[in-house]
Amino acid sequence: MHDRAQPMPSRSKARAREWRAGIAAIAPVAIAAIPIGLLLGALCSAKGLTIAEAGLMSVLVFAGGSQFAAVELWTTPVPVAAIVFSTLLINARHVLMSASLTPKTGLFSPLQRYLGFHFLTDETWALAERRAATAPLTPAYWFAMATVLPTAWVGSTLAGAAAGSLLGNPRSIGADFAFTALFIGLIAGFWKGRSTAATIAASGGTAALTYLTLGPPWHVAAGALAGIAAAYVTAPGPLDSDVPAAEAAPASQAPVHDME
Amino acid sequence: MSIDSSALIAILAMAAVTYLTRIAGIALAGRLALSGRAKAAFDAIPPAVLVAVIAPSALATGWPETAAAGIAALSATRLPLLVTVAIGVLAVVGLRALAA
Repeated sequence: MHDRAQPMPSRSKARAREWRAGIAAIAPVAIAAIPIGLLLGALCSAKGLTIAEAGLMSVLVFAGGSQFAAVELWTTPVPVAAIVFSTLLINARHVLMSASLTPKTGLFSPLQRYLGFHFLTDETWALAERRAATAPLTPAYWFAMATVLPTAWVGSTLAGAAAGSLLGNPRSIGADFAFTALFIGLIAGFWKGRSTAATIAASGGTAALTYLTLGPPWHVAAGALAGIAAAYVTAPGPLDSDVPAAEAAPASQAPVHDME
Repeated sequence: MSIDSSALIAILAMAAVTYLTRIAGIALAGRLALSGRAKAAFDAIPPAVLVAVIAPSALATGWPETAAAGIAALSATRLPLLVTVAIGVLAVVGLRALAA
């Protein structure tokens, strides 16, 4: 940056600025991920996964909700089909998130897009959408997030798995609830008024009832479908409408609440 | 530091389906021009799934967890994410102590 011999100092400066902006945006999320990753690692070791297995899962899957669900389902022998099905259900939302983000990645090369989207999570997606609402989304901004968050996630998973039994019962320090509280905070970031309230009520009620009757992992699909249906029904406009009435509403960007 | 083969298969399969969900939208982009109610349903997917994932913990575990979830939700309306996590965890520890 300070090298005057740089052919394009303004461009490298701009890139450095994008890196710093990406790091600043993701830092609170990465910090919040550390206790969650510690908890995940501790739960992994309690379920008999080795440190290497716990770490490998965080590197390759890198999707907290589905990882917790997998560890919850984990027994010996490993119920591979149930775990993969639950993973698919929980992560199916990524399809829509990547479809929504792709048009905003015009500055990415195809390789950057296919590599970079491995790091698509609720948090990186929401932050990237918010960024794209006010500035072009750069690869530097995205990969800054995609460097910091996985480092925190994988590092804390490994540390948690290594500490494992040392931590004792995660319940005693309320660590098992950190995940729930984190998700509640994330849900607030998707708030769009009355239809979100209907979504939350329908999804929460249906998921809890399904969990108590059919058991996991069905509560995820049942709750999600009920919540989506509730949003469809309570949205303004005629019921059978394909009319682009809401097109003009600029509400499509995920308004993440102030994490900065 | 060892890796069991069925564990490895589970982890690799999880990774494969997750990566597919992440890149599927690249091909769909452009073709998903949603509006009106379809758009509202699309926008509702992340909160709907997130709520469903935590519903067992928040609603079907016990009253301390449900009350702590309510406190975390209140906190989430005005406080930063990390503060919400801290408040939720402290609330559940306190309320569980009361319930015990």
